[in-house]
Amino acid sequence: MKKDLLGIAELSSEEILLVLDTAEAMREIGQRPIKKVPTMRGKTVVNLFFEPSTRTRTSFEIAEKRLSADTLSIAVATSSVLKGETLVDTAMNIEAMSPDMIVVRHASSGAAHLLARICKSRIINAGDGMHEHPTQALLDAFTIREHKKTIAGLKVAIVGDLLHSRVLRSNVLLLTKLGADVWVCGPQTLVPAGMEQFGVRVTTSVDEAVADADVIMMLRIQQERMQGAFFPSLREYFNVFGMTAARVAHAKPDVIIMHPGPMNRGVAIASDVADGPYSVILEQVANGVAVRMAVLYLLAGESEGD
Amino acid sequence: MKRLLKGGRVVDPANGRDGVFDVLIDDDRILRVGRDLDVDADTVIVEIPSGFVVCPGLIDMHVHLREPGQEHKETVATGTAAAVAGGFTAVACMPNTNPVNDNAGVTEYILKKAAEANLARVYPIGAVSRGQDGEQLADIAELRQAGCVALTDDGRPVKTALLMRRALEYAGMFKMPVIEHCEDPSLKADGVAHEGFQASTLGLRGMPGEAESIMALRDISLAELTGGCVHIAHMSARQTLDAVRYGKSRGVHVTCEVTPHHVVLTDEMLGAPIPYDTNVKMNPPLREAKDRDAMLAGLADGSIDVIATDHAPHHYDEKQAEFDRAPFGITGLETAVSLCFDRLVHAGVVSLPRLIELLSMNPAKILGVAGGSLAAGAPADITILAPDLPVTVSVATMRSKAKNTPFDGWQLRGGVAATIVGGRIVYRNDDAKLRL
Repeated sequence: MKKDLLGIAELSSEEILLVLDTAEAMREIGQRPIKKVPTMRGKTVVNLFFEPSTRTRTSFEIAEKRLSADTLSIAVATSSVLKGETLVDTAMNIEAMSPDMIVVRHASSGAAHLLARICKSRIINAGDGMHEHPTQALLDAFTIREHKKTIAGLKVAIVGDLLHSRVLRSNVLLLTKLGADVWVCGPQTLVPAGMEQFGVRVTTSVDEAVADADVIMMLRIQQERMQGAFFPSLREYFNVFGMTAARVAHAKPDVIIMHPGPMNRGVAIASDVADGPYSVILEQVANGVAVRMAVLYLLAGESEGD
Repeated sequence: MKRLLKGGRVVDPANGRDGVFDVLIDDDRILRVGRDLDVDADTVIVEIPSGFVVCPGLIDMHVHLREPGQEHKETVATGTAAAVAGGFTAVACMPNTNPVNDNAGVTEYILKKAAEANLARVYPIGAVSRGQDGEQLADIAELRQAGCVALTDDGRPVKTALLMRRALEYAGMFKMPVIEHCEDPSLKADGVAHEGFQASTLGLRGMPGEAESIMALRDISLAELTGGCVHIAHMSARQTLDAVRYGKSRGVHVTCEVTPHHVVLTDEMLGAPIPYDTNVKMNPPLREAKDRDAMLAGLADGSIDVIATDHAPHHYDEKQAEFDRAPFGITGLETAVSLCFDRLVHAGVVSLPRLIELLSMNPAKILGVAGGSLAAGAPADITILAPDLPVTVSVATMRSKAKNTPFDGWQLRGGVAATIVGGRIVYRNDDAKLRL
């Protein structure tokens, strides 16, 4: 592994598989009565979150604690940015206290790259703007593999707000690297320019995307990142793109339905689908801890070799 | 004092000259250009080594000198020092200062600073609208009288079609072109990069080429309506070039410029070698290879009139930021000549005389200022170029206050040997080893 985990773009398929295999072993730790190993004892990990997050931050914190790292989480309110301290200065101040790793989430694409350029600490990208969210894609792949054994050859339909989604970009990169047949679907107003060049099929028909799919992955409508009207109303969005049981019926009988959260019930996904038998949404959350333990473990191991 | 520049290759497209000639300077004027000129005994003779080029002083018609108001980025003094080091004997400076150059007081202040610096000539460009807010015309006659040579709301487009129409009509009375920063604000929205695969990959908000061309088409139509002169600034999209060609084919008074960076770089620089390098963030953005290739074709076939740098100095702290928070723009004065030699002349895109048209003759013509020609009686504004000089771009040695360039460390062939303004040698490049 490289110094930092900035995105799936920087990972080879071998490295992706190494993380997934390592996560298998890490999951076992979470099932013990004493859920802790001393692997990262004496290592300091700072979770630096410039954007609100419940799931990802909790998941990282639990992963760090299970590996015995000394960990602290800083939620940097946007107001302190407005007070004038730059991202670089904030990072340099934390860096001065010699952490081993910084897990960073930020609203600007490329923020993790900027930190990686100026920090000696290892940087783990926990989501940067509309760019990447690599640990989410890794935990999604882990979950898919658990159900489908392999990823190559699967039809994966990703449906929702494609334009603003870092989860989309990381998943597309990862799934195409591992040989899946990836379809992406959303309103034409929310399809990124040049989407076909990612090696995916693009459609605005949910039925076409979902037909015979092995995996359906829903993306949230990110109203907080939207400027202007991309579609007429949430009601119309749900009518045209919402994942309902009737639409899921076109997929393979053993389809799994995924959602990175947070879920807006009745907007992107009907409640009966989210709570239905094919939903693996909570498994994704559970697997997140194991996958993040794997990432932390692999990066920490590298630092000892320096 | 008389000075003879002897034996250089004189490239002076305004007078149809390209060959070995002598240039005789009398104090601040050009006295004569010819072969083997006879001179008085007291004339200082400067031997120009073979291969060196003597041309009319280069004119950059699009720079931001930042003074008044943003002196932490650049001043008239540092900006003109950068200009002469880059071979420019004159620059035209944009009005988006603080306060905006929308009145004679600001124009006079800039000219006073330029006189104090006493390096390159400075031609202020006034605002089209008061405060550049697109509501009301600035005091254009007063700006003209104070020394402004053109008008623009650069940094943004002239807000409405109606105001642009009136600006073209009104400025026409004073023989001032209206320079337009073409951008449809709603289509550009909060874009920070060219809309396309690169921006999508990096999760950067895009702005399409059409955000530029739509505004260019509006302004070209209005220039046709009014008979006014519109100059399209820093063109980046192939669609905009098509719009300019369409206007020219209809006899509209439309001219256009392109920056060196838009003909040398593409949006692939966003991802590599330095991902999210804020020194490749500018507006208009770097576009795709087909846009860049269209610009190269436009330079070669004569559709493009001018190369201007859009020199946009910013402080290091401002650029050391998240990509979407960093300001738009890069410096250009001290890299333009070497980039043009290396990527345009030596690469066979344009001839050297054509380059001098783009960098000197045409900007002088469009702005209606002296220079752009080595005619007898013209001001002795002369640039001496060293076409084969190896140049390594280094921000450490730049005169500009700002260091925001993506070209640091680039090795290029061709550079500036010396710059002469009004007969005074205001810059000499030690690397060129020219004895002046």
